Amino acid sequence: MTAPTAEIEDQPADWASVRGGIGDRIFSGAALAAGLTILAALAGVFIFLLAKGATGFSKPAGVYGPHAESFLGYVFPLLVGTFTASIIALIIAVPLAFGIALVISHYAPKWLSAPVAFVIDLLAAVPSVVYGLWGAFFLAKKLVPMHDWLHATFGGWPILGALFGEPSTAGRTVLTAGIVLAIMILPIITAITREVFSRTPRLHEEAALALGATRWEMIRMTVFPYSRSGMVSAVMLGLGRALGETMAVTMVLSVGFDLSWNIIAQSSPTSIAANVALKYKERSADLLNVLVATGLVLFLLTFLVNFAARWVIGRSERRMAR
Amino acid sequence: MSKSIDVSDVNIYYGDFLAVQGVNMSIRAGAVTAFIGPSGCGKSTFLRSLNRMHEVIPGARVEGKIVVDGQDLYGPGVDPVAVRRQVGMVFQRPNPFPTMSIYDNVLAGLKLNAGKLKKSEADAVVEKSLRGANLWNEVKDRLNKPGMGLSGGQQQRLCIARAIAVEPQVLLMDEPCSALDPISTSAIEDLIHELKDEFTIVIVTHNMQQAARVSDDTGFFNLKATGEPGHLVEFNPTKKMFANPDDPSTEAYISGRFG
Repeated sequence: MTAPTAEIEDQPADWASVRGGIGDRIFSGAALAAGLTILAALAGVFIFLLAKGATGFSKPAGVYGPHAESFLGYVFPLLVGTFTASIIALIIAVPLAFGIALVISHYAPKWLSAPVAFVIDLLAAVPSVVYGLWGAFFLAKKLVPMHDWLHATFGGWPILGALFGEPSTAGRTVLTAGIVLAIMILPIITAITREVFSRTPRLHEEAALALGATRWEMIRMTVFPYSRSGMVSAVMLGLGRALGETMAVTMVLSVGFDLSWNIIAQSSPTSIAANVALKYKERSADLLNVLVATGLVLFLLTFLVNFAARWVIGRSERRMAR
Repeated sequence: MSKSIDVSDVNIYYGDFLAVQGVNMSIRAGAVTAFIGPSGCGKSTFLRSLNRMHEVIPGARVEGKIVVDGQDLYGPGVDPVAVRRQVGMVFQRPNPFPTMSIYDNVLAGLKLNAGKLKKSEADAVVEKSLRGANLWNEVKDRLNKPGMGLSGGQQQRLCIARAIAVEPQVLLMDEPCSALDPISTSAIEDLIHELKDEFTIVIVTHNMQQAARVSDDTGFFNLKATGEPGHLVEFNPTKKMFANPDDPSTEAYISGRFG
């Protein structure tokens, strides 16, 4: 044991770091700072919402009026509006985005996939107010016949019929808002899933192909399992954007306060974010607290949904990790 | 069950680049045929053309005839998917499906072909294939554990079990031992000896001792010159190839005086 020690003592200079590792330390410090900034920002938002919104939960009944008497009564229709529009958006956008991503990553030849990917990315560059204008003044009218058709076709069905009740004559419905939201969240879901799909190890894809899998079978055996976590991330980011989107919903939806299952109704509850955008200018301090409190509710629910999705993914991955 | 392969005038391209030129050979049924040659000479490319895996790469294509069991693999109307179900393949690096258990890995190919299997049938196939790959005794108590949890050599034998579970006529092996330690390599070589009774085996190897140990016939591939396409220099029984090759460049390569 003494010999190696003696050797080190003989030539101590050889073991010291020659370049001092300053670059390493700067970089690791910068990376740590960036990571902490995110956490600090998130904590800051949370503390703000809590501090400003805490009193919003229990104001005198008049503040919540004219359509509600308590915070719960105020926020519940908004929550329903938020989630209905977002869920409609996800139902439309997710299969479409996965399909487009697969075409770009695995089906289309190179000369086609690059322009398609570019066009989809361009969709993300369109400001949401433009989508709002387009949805409110163009798409809504065009969708009136579809609303009528949905009501005529499915209106009489059990369960499903409840979703397609008496149709709106203007088309400015939750369904239209959901469709506009779907177009808005399409690029982000497509871009992320495209990226994870194309990262599937070639080795796994070839293993499936060599067993005599068709392209679709290969995708199911290798691409989807490999990409599952990324696909959920993409959907969560899309959902986050849909939940928080204000302009499109504010402009498209004709706001009402009656809760109903009818997604093609003349008027429907708006979303939390759109409600904040509509009302914050009223500048009543009490109402402002209530609006912040609804923001807090949205913040917490988004967190919950995200955690739940992560947990589902994590569970299946833990199961395979011995 | 095993079938011979007749290759005539095969040219293999990557886009416009001719990678392998003018290959003719007759691969015997129920024998082990090894391809040797320096890196980049096209032996793996040629191997992959035997089950139409070459064309998976965009722009890649094959000209000529490769006949298995009287059927030209590149004939009109031949489905590459059907070809790959008859001609199995084991890759250089072990590639069990990471999200599947050992059990499901073995059955992966079979489920594609046969759809739903009865539990008893599936169990029988898994045991037979894993025994065939000399892996049964090592994994029989943990069939539901992930395939990725095995050692590299075990993973490669799992891949062989997966390939033979669909009972192909031909088994292609692309440097199956190059990522493995000597003990695992020896286990795979023993396995190749046992499998050749049932399957026609074609193996690419960089290890000339391995070619000499496991194969009955050997093909030597080489580049005509730098930048020229690869071609088959010599195809002979392995004994003759290593004792008294026809071509001087074969002798130079085998004896290590190459390049």
